[in-house]
Amino acid sequence: MTGPSTSAAHEDVTTGVAGGDGNASATRITPGNALRPEDIALEVRTGAIRPTDDAAEYALRLGDDALILAQRLGHWISRAPELEEDVALGNIALDQLGHARSFLTYAGGAWDKSEDNLAYVRREHEFRSAHLVEQPNGDFAVTIARQFLISFYQYELYRHLMGSTDATVAAIAAKAVKEVDYHRDHSAQWVLRLGQGTDESRRRMIHGLRLMWPYVNELFDEDPLTLRLVASGITVAPAIIREEFDRLTGQVLADADLEVPDVPAAPGGGRRGEHSEHLGYILAEMQVLAREHPGANW
Amino acid sequence: MSPHGNPEVPAGAAADVIRGARQVPAGSRTPEPADPAPTGPAPVQAPGSPAAAPEPAAWDLWEVFVRSNRGLSHVHAGSLHAPDADMALRNARDLYTRRNEGVSIWVVPAEAITTSDPGTKGAFFESPQGKDYRHATYYTKSEGVKHL
Amino acid sequence: MAQHTTLSPPAESSLDADAAGLLADAQAEFDRMMAEDSRIEPRDWMPGAYRKTLLRQISQHAHSEIIGMQPEANWISRAPSLKRKAVLMAKVQDEAGHGLYLYSAAETLGQSRDTMMADLIEGKARYSSIFNYPAPTWADMGAIGWMVDGAAICNQVPLCRASYGPYGRAMVRVCKEESFHQRQGFEILLELSNGSPEQKAMAQDAVNRWYAPALMMFGPPDDDSPNSKQSMAWNIKRFSNDELRSRFVGMMVEQVKVIGLTLPDDEIRFDEDTRTWQHGPLDWGEFQEVLAGRGPCNAQRLERRRQAHEDGAWVREAASAYAAKQRTKQMDEMDQVA
Repeated sequence: MTGPSTSAAHEDVTTGVAGGDGNASATRITPGNALRPEDIALEVRTGAIRPTDDAAEYALRLGDDALILAQRLGHWISRAPELEEDVALGNIALDQLGHARSFLTYAGGAWDKSEDNLAYVRREHEFRSAHLVEQPNGDFAVTIARQFLISFYQYELYRHLMGSTDATVAAIAAKAVKEVDYHRDHSAQWVLRLGQGTDESRRRMIHGLRLMWPYVNELFDEDPLTLRLVASGITVAPAIIREEFDRLTGQVLADADLEVPDVPAAPGGGRRGEHSEHLGYILAEMQVLAREHPGANW
Repeated sequence: MSPHGNPEVPAGAAADVIRGARQVPAGSRTPEPADPAPTGPAPVQAPGSPAAAPEPAAWDLWEVFVRSNRGLSHVHAGSLHAPDADMALRNARDLYTRRNEGVSIWVVPAEAITTSDPGTKGAFFESPQGKDYRHATYYTKSEGVKHL
Repeated sequence: MAQHTTLSPPAESSLDADAAGLLADAQAEFDRMMAEDSRIEPRDWMPGAYRKTLLRQISQHAHSEIIGMQPEANWISRAPSLKRKAVLMAKVQDEAGHGLYLYSAAETLGQSRDTMMADLIEGKARYSSIFNYPAPTWADMGAIGWMVDGAAICNQVPLCRASYGPYGRAMVRVCKEESFHQRQGFEILLELSNGSPEQKAMAQDAVNRWYAPALMMFGPPDDDSPNSKQSMAWNIKRFSNDELRSRFVGMMVEQVKVIGLTLPDDEIRFDEDTRTWQHGPLDWGEFQEVLAGRGPCNAQRLERRRQAHEDGAWVREAASAYAAKQRTKQMDEMDQVA
């Protein structure tokens, strides 16, 4: 190729026109088309949707799990084991943050509160996150262990929530399930590699799984709210998703030549506002600026 | 080494110099040693021998091709590092399709790409020059005739 | 020149003469490409100094993206709204991506990313010294986006036409993605400026602190920038440092009015004779100090990068070991089939 045609190709790329031929740029970018938190906020504001108190309380749980996890994962950006992984963990954190915003926006509709009200003004005991997502990042294996458990749980849950009788919960789940499916894949790939990589990585992976496994049970706890929600078809019985969770995580562990850790379960309590010792620090950091300027716009 | 693989492989890929992606003489009559073209990683290192000993766990280089829409070709998007093909594909997804750039991705080990030799381009790409009878515009007498 | 080629060992003088002739041909071809404003691709012959200049510039550019993640990454956890948190996360993530694009471009010049990373961590490589300044307030996220990214974009847009193909292509991608970076910074400042007096003061303070370092991102004045001329002759650089700086000042002068803040420089004026924007004196002594490693955050930034790289070593090794085991397994399976 001679000079002029090379620069002509450049012009094409620069303008980013999506041509209809084989020369179309690989950098053509679009915002895509999916349910965004802003869309839900608009519907909440106009009164088009309003959750029941039970649905709002449930959305708060889902939103808080995603928010605290995003907060944890965000710390990895600029600290990951390789630059490619900075980008990968960033994507996962952004997905979770998106789910958090959607669920919190919807939940807030019941109490006339915005996502930011809920994220920045609530106190620790008012959060509904599970202990698992509050656990510190630890080393990469600990983070992967946490990702492994939460992503397989979220996938099964969202998959069922797509059929929720609450249309907004179903819509958020339909968007989220595809994203957490990828999170599942990401964590499973790493469980395989760390589990079967070097002696050190295997030791660390086993350690990470042992650290995180006590917090699995809480994810599947039944309480009066979930019982009511199951009855009204808003969610699914935790026992049903537990079965699939056990089967699929068991498969990955077997492939990685790892075992389900034999560790006692922790009692949890996050859904009642009884949190791990870590949440206070997470919230202190997350809320510090917003609390310094009450009512400010950003 | 014979040319193989994807004919769309660009000349500007990171594969071009490193990882021993050697040039194919491509019919050049110029003997290799006298050919000034294969600069390789010249002042920094000799071809094929890394400049500094890379850490033992250094991940391989992969070239990434993205299909932006159904019906279009995969186009070279860039490069990345990954320990294996599965991770290369995932890294490519994370790195090169953050803004809906693609519906399909290829990853190719950079070292699997064979490139034509720019030093021989006179010989390698000369033949089609001047053979304008291969193009419709050569046939002027039919100009203006409909549906031709 | 001979050192930049893989010419035959100096055996017979006739061969040497042939080689010298071919080298002259290659140089002539390179010169012709420059004159035509064509693009050089990795396997083309190129003068050693051209390669070296590019390698230095592209790797420094990549390092800047990677180190530049840190001052902003520090604010992800404290971003004051969830929308801002998402935007900031996406931006810092983009910077990792941009570093990767640029490292790839540099790799086509024959340097491995590991080597470049090692040079960075060992303090042997440079990166944009602006990232050695601290970002103590949220308004810094606005000022970095609006001023630092704004200056970077001024620098980078012409680089999309850099004569070295892989660099130009990387910059096209970077520029496209970066278009939102400056806008989000502008909006942060605008929101602060329209907010409480305390917020507005925070914004003005950040603009005051980042103004001079942002202007110095374009490099020393033209009289004092000996390498610029050569880079321009090679079509790597398209405009001089002062030209770009002037253009940037002109844009900021207008934009800062929209934001409702001021630039901390009384001497900004448009010079009708030279058709350029003039600004007050810059402290190049400070610039050199920071560049030499004596800035507020140099040690901190490098340490963080070193630690991330070292902490990740066992992970990278594990993935490589796993890949090797899988390959062996596959080969064994194929042997069994055979």
